[in-house]
Amino acid sequence: MRLSRSAKITLRIFAAAVMAAIYLPLLLVIVNSFNATTSGAFPITDFTTRWWEAAFTNEGVREALWTSLRVATVATVIALLLGAMIAFALSRYEFFGKNTVNLLVVLPIALPGIVTGVALNNTFKTVLEPLGIGLGLFSVIVGHATFCIVMVFNNVQARLGRMNRGLEEAAMDMGANVIRAFFTVTLPGFKSAFLAGGLLAFALSFDEIVVTTFTAPPGTETLPIWIFNNMARPNQAPVVNVIAAVLVLLSMIPVYLSQRMTGDDRK
Amino acid sequence: MQATAASGAASLVSAAAAVTPAISLQNVVKTFGEFTAVKGLDLDIRQGEFFSLLGPSGSGKTTVLRMIAGFELPSSGRIDLAGRDVTRKAPFERDVNTVFQDYALFPHLSVAENVGYGLKLRRTSRGDRRRLVAEALEMIRLPHVADRLPSQLSGGQRQRVALARALVLRPQVLLLDEPLGALDKQLREQMQVELKQIQRTVGITFVFVTHDQEEALTLSDRVAVFNEGLVEQVGTPEDLYERPSSRFVASFLGNTNLVEGELARGLTGSDALLSIRPERIRIRQPDEPLEAAGMSSVEAVIEEIVYTGPSTRFVARTSAGQKLIVQEQNDSRASSAHRGDRVRLEWSSRFNYTV
Repeated sequence: MRLSRSAKITLRIFAAAVMAAIYLPLLLVIVNSFNATTSGAFPITDFTTRWWEAAFTNEGVREALWTSLRVATVATVIALLLGAMIAFALSRYEFFGKNTVNLLVVLPIALPGIVTGVALNNTFKTVLEPLGIGLGLFSVIVGHATFCIVMVFNNVQARLGRMNRGLEEAAMDMGANVIRAFFTVTLPGFKSAFLAGGLLAFALSFDEIVVTTFTAPPGTETLPIWIFNNMARPNQAPVVNVIAAVLVLLSMIPVYLSQRMTGDDRK
Repeated sequence: MQATAASGAASLVSAAAAVTPAISLQNVVKTFGEFTAVKGLDLDIRQGEFFSLLGPSGSGKTTVLRMIAGFELPSSGRIDLAGRDVTRKAPFERDVNTVFQDYALFPHLSVAENVGYGLKLRRTSRGDRRRLVAEALEMIRLPHVADRLPSQLSGGQRQRVALARALVLRPQVLLLDEPLGALDKQLREQMQVELKQIQRTVGITFVFVTHDQEEALTLSDRVAVFNEGLVEQVGTPEDLYERPSSRFVASFLGNTNLVEGELARGLTGSDALLSIRPERIRIRQPDEPLEAAGMSSVEAVIEEIVYTGPSTRFVARTSAGQKLIVQEQNDSRASSAHRGDRVRLEWSSRFNYTV
């Protein structure tokens, strides 16, 4: 399609404006983390690394980071196992209610986080607490796993759908039983989609705030919750900027990796 | 090489093997929901035979192959491999290997690893494996591609690697599912020759699925012609071509003139359906005498002439309206008939095959 000169210029301006709207605030956070004043006033007159030091020695931040890492790791592992297994079952076998199961697995990602949160909160408080399982790290992990599974499931299912099913037959033809065929042929085929899904799941869990709010017991803070709670406090605001800056940089890594993995589809 | 090592035992076995078919299908039926793909099939495939399953797409030939391989279970009936019932056995429990239509090479493994895959599962030692893989690649004349990935091979090379991968396991039976379908004409003809040579060398029973009648006739010792889930005829290529048992077989294998009604009555004195192959018919001048006794002949007008290189095809029509196609070699005996010419068509009466 050929575009006129003026159309090209207009489109470029629009694209630049959209990019600016997304990325300038992020840049501002990073710049502000070096701003010497606590109010974040502009233009910046003094630069300092004081807030970075403060952030690294802050007990609350460390604890919240540790909680976030544990939750994200366990939720991701659950998502990898269950997501891949459901994807395999749905793409390789025919059974009653297959389409319903497919829908039910994907639904949590479309469901508002607040609904998932309230539902889980009620379940834990009214049903599970009498049985001895109250709100805690476990409930946060379960809450995160509901949407983390979708990340892995979607990636793996898409790849399995494109994979040549003849490969599994060929493996069995040459003497591999079902399990051998899975590990020597199927798994290598969807490995990159599996890992990419896992990275996305991890990133998603790491910055989740709504479901976490409803499933975390009082006093348990993940990093996003800590940020949320401390943003309003004037003397903590600069530290929040530092954490946000670090998160911006860190979250680029899994996204970049997962993009690369899904990019190199088949060698 | 392996053959000589095992020849002592093999000769004892082969006496029994000669009577036991390599594959025996007994009243095999396969339905997919409402659709019956295979309708009660009885078929014996002999040891060491190059056997083709020929038929149009949807005729059930691939389903039969997949049932022999174990990828589909028959709805009813029984399948024996070398006299042993394998009807309900899984693919990995059967001593057959398959060359798949799309080759199904493992994309993440090198050519050598692909060929060695089955050997590794059998716990063949590393040294033996390397030797057998090298021999297999030698056999398909591709020893230099061992370290490449399948994606780095041409279509013809992939096809040969798939063949090597299946043959390296020395199965009792090799199943080939339209293995040459994806290749261009020239490569296909070259591979046909190679396939036949390899089959003769290894002496393994080949079961070859194809919709290409020429391929089936060229390669096979025997052919089963499939039509709508049933076998119409089983026989040598010559049987099928010269003595087709049904209208379908006659028209599916090569071109033929199917003659019935008045002309058939005139030629044979019966109401039977006749099959007369176009290349059997000669074009003569109307006033020329019959070449010899025992000839059939009919007058006709040339309607169309198609030059095809080595031969020319004439479309002629008798006064009664029967269309007859004549295929004439472009050699010194060519008739040089023209469009609109009144001619006499003549052929030996022994080529009047009753279908």
